[in-house]
Amino acid sequence: MKPAVLTRIVEAQNRRRALVAVTRLGDGEQCLVDAETINGELALSPAQITEARDLLNSGRSALLSSALSGAEGLFARAYVPSPRLLIVGAVHIAQALAPMAAAAGFEVVVIDPRGAFATAERFPGVALSDEWPDETLARLGLDEATALVALSHDPKLDDPALELALPSPVFYIGALGSRRTHEKRLERLRAAGLAELTGRIHSPIGLDLGGRSPAEIAVAILAEVIQVRYRGERT
Amino acid sequence: MQTDTESLFETLCRWRAEGKSAALATVVSTWGSSPRPEGSHLAVDEAGHFVGSVSGGCIEGAVIDAAAQVMASGRPQLLEFGVSDEQAWQVGLACGGRVQVFVEPVE
Repeated sequence: MKPAVLTRIVEAQNRRRALVAVTRLGDGEQCLVDAETINGELALSPAQITEARDLLNSGRSALLSSALSGAEGLFARAYVPSPRLLIVGAVHIAQALAPMAAAAGFEVVVIDPRGAFATAERFPGVALSDEWPDETLARLGLDEATALVALSHDPKLDDPALELALPSPVFYIGALGSRRTHEKRLERLRAAGLAELTGRIHSPIGLDLGGRSPAEIAVAILAEVIQVRYRGERT
Repeated sequence: MQTDTESLFETLCRWRAEGKSAALATVVSTWGSSPRPEGSHLAVDEAGHFVGSVSGGCIEGAVIDAAAQVMASGRPQLLEFGVSDEQAWQVGLACGGRVQVFVEPVE
């Protein structure tokens, strides 16, 4: 692997861009394929490029069937962004949810502009943002591999985050709150012109596991996020 | 963990920045009940430190040995392990699978 290839893979991962590395198994020659570009010393046929881009879209890695096997084989390794969980509200449930989600492979960011909440003491080892949620979400970007949960109980924090998430391609949106709280929230979001999208919000948030402690609720939320990620929305 | 891949490539960059030799192993094809899917990575440095995995642990030792050869020669290797393979049996791929692993130098 050439230094330029290594650098480009790391850059793509940091920018959350999908990329396929195609390697010729006989000599290790490589090229990198994304939706628009092809970079590297290994030349691919049009059929091989198409196959690599199919793998880019599906996120799977495989030997290209249009190449010979063995030493002449071409292996395509898809690098796709890791799933990300953005948590609005550095509350007690977030303290339990952040490390659980990290253990399950999510990149986690906890967002709360209230200085006393998002502290390193309360969230050791967790990425924290003390900006307003809409600022952080605009900076991080909301993509298909991202889930957003609004846990703050404060409309000043939760609503701006939901208003950005609803029209975005995020794969999961959840909001904590009682039925009554959620009804009021829906009224505000409808007034903001998002009536047709409010059905995307999971509320009550999380699978119905019956638990009540912050850690148990965190398990229910994470379980629902994982279920939607793999099984899609249940109607 | 899903974030394995990211930390693995960052680890490779760090090793290279520290002037260490490194190799990257990748599962390129599997048959039967192989525990790690195509694309799984194992990165190895010159001292045999490694991150990631290419199996449930049964062929890692052999892959790390091959990685040392690859670092020395600068040439990649394509390894194959399976229950029918005497060497694989010795290294203990008892899970019944067959797996092909590509090991390349990281320049």
